[in-house]
Amino acid sequence: MIDTLVPIFAATIAAGTPLVFAALGELVTEKAGVLNLGVEGMMLIGAIAGFATAVTTGNLWLGTVAGMAAGAAMSAIFAVLTLNLMANQVASGLALTLFGLGLSAFVGKPFEGVSLLREGAPSLPLLGDLPVLGPILFRQHYLVYVSWAVFAAVSWFLFRSRAGLVLRSVGESPDSAHAIGYPVIRIRWLATLFGGALAGVGGAFLAVFYAPMWVEGMVAGRGWIALALVVFATWRPARVMVGAYLFGGVTIAQFFAQGGGIAIPAPFLSALPYLATIIVLVVISRNVATIRLNSPVSLGRSYRPD
Amino acid sequence: MNTQRITRWAFALAVGTALGSLAAGPAAAQAPLKVGFVYVSPIGDAGWTFQHDQGRKEMEKALAGKVETKYVENVPEGPDAERVIREFAANGYKLVFTTSFGYMNPTIKVAQQFPNTVFLHATGYKTAKNVGIYNARFYEGRYLCGVMAGKMTKSNVAGYVAAFPIPEVLQGINAFTLGMRSVNPKAEVRVIWTNSWYDPGREREAANTLISQGADVLTHHTDSTAVVQAAEEKGKYAFGYHSDMSKYGPKAELSATTHQWGAFYTKVTQEVLAGTWKGTNVWGGIKDGMIKLAPINAAVPKDVVELVASKEKDIGAGKLHPFTGPLKDNAGKERLAAGQTMGDDKLAVMDFYVEGVQGTLPKQ
Repeated sequence: MIDTLVPIFAATIAAGTPLVFAALGELVTEKAGVLNLGVEGMMLIGAIAGFATAVTTGNLWLGTVAGMAAGAAMSAIFAVLTLNLMANQVASGLALTLFGLGLSAFVGKPFEGVSLLREGAPSLPLLGDLPVLGPILFRQHYLVYVSWAVFAAVSWFLFRSRAGLVLRSVGESPDSAHAIGYPVIRIRWLATLFGGALAGVGGAFLAVFYAPMWVEGMVAGRGWIALALVVFATWRPARVMVGAYLFGGVTIAQFFAQGGGIAIPAPFLSALPYLATIIVLVVISRNVATIRLNSPVSLGRSYRPD
Repeated sequence: MNTQRITRWAFALAVGTALGSLAAGPAAAQAPLKVGFVYVSPIGDAGWTFQHDQGRKEMEKALAGKVETKYVENVPEGPDAERVIREFAANGYKLVFTTSFGYMNPTIKVAQQFPNTVFLHATGYKTAKNVGIYNARFYEGRYLCGVMAGKMTKSNVAGYVAAFPIPEVLQGINAFTLGMRSVNPKAEVRVIWTNSWYDPGREREAANTLISQGADVLTHHTDSTAVVQAAEEKGKYAFGYHSDMSKYGPKAELSATTHQWGAFYTKVTQEVLAGTWKGTNVWGGIKDGMIKLAPINAAVPKDVVELVASKEKDIGAGKLHPFTGPLKDNAGKERLAAGQTMGDDKLAVMDFYVEGVQGTLPKQ
């Protein structure tokens, strides 16, 4: 039994990692009161920028950094539109996704069908040899460990640091924050850039380490799942992690079911990860009060400092 | 502007005629035949479309000066396909190759409107006066790869990543299984369907899953190189498909079933050039040179290489048919009596797993 479960859990973590990045980034953005629906588009741009850079330079880390920069650049467009020009956040976010879809397909044309050669995931010394936990947790790509560090950092920053408190206050009541003297627009800018950068890393992980290949539209709705995760996880980082790995787990489990000879219609299996994630998260967050308590009050509202 | 262009044309024609008559007489003086190719995926550096494009290049080289080719890649199987095919025909392309199954109906439709253009459709079954069809017996190569797999496996489990449960894919799975079990009766094959011809992420996940379920030899019927790469990373063996994918798995890839369209494209184009084309209905295999094995990896022992070579020769000579009775499906039902070989009509509608494939076939 353990022998079957270990590879499932190990693959689950890899499959959930792009979501961890994107959803944690969006969580921080939303906590500052900015609703950026362009996650899917930013992930796609991060994926193609990362893949193109990795293929051209042969350096996977450079690819990851390029993905991060590209995601941040996308979110900067959004920030200019919504934070400086006061455009509607929902509409701008949707536009950003459509823009990302088109631009990545266009830029990615020469990279279609190109394969990226890379080494397998390394095993950490000592930790990788632990029974059960070793193969599940410590034989992953380095970016997976980075995602855990980001999780720890985001949790600490938001709920244990002063700067995090300021960021949250900007999301709750920008007027009060502004009255006390905090630079609301600048804080929202930084939070938006952070969200874009992480979405870009998530996309780059997908194209550079996970697949590793570029296919048009390869993010395949993960950006939207990340957005849903943030809401259903009631803006709590730990729940975001649970949701992300749940999505990854169901994605992987369908393959194991097939390889094990269980006959379930394949289209249903393909839809299952989306379905399962939404259902479980809805059940977790069915208490309306917790959503209301945790959701940033000014989410999605433009703010003009007087 | 117009007169200028006409003068230029006249000049080019005159020079062309002069040169042509000098070189090869009046026949070569005619304008080159315009040949169009419609591809379903990007050409990339390996895969189904890559092989068709290799064929196009070979043909262009063989008939240098007599043909002018053009391709459109990544054309979805739908209304876009019809538009692209019609554009070729309307722009004076007298020969158009449509290289994916889903182009069948659009090809037939456009062909009715352009009776003087010849269309060649790959892997379909509808023909018309000016529409020919061609396909390759991919399963012959699969059988040979299966023989190698049966000899090289230690766990007696092979993993197969497949796109859609259609007859062509099932022929491959079954032929591979039969080849494997012809030398290793204990062998079994596990299949994972990805429901997509090209989705590297899913293909890789499926490959990793099969490996963790005990498979130590992998192959795939999808378009990317992900499965070979996954095998290389995990230190397992793999067989490429469409193209030689050894670049992506120098240690992993033992061999590959490759498609060779060049000679066929040259032959058909010559017929159209000469005006002798009378319709095409080709289902070629090893005998016709349309299916070839990629160079066999040094990891395969010499006696296995020789065994594969002799089986390859037998298939080419028609002495060995991968689907020869007695043949049972994996539910135990007899599908072919002893001594019989499966006819092309039965092959074309295959809808079962042979004995040795695990699981049940998903219903379409």
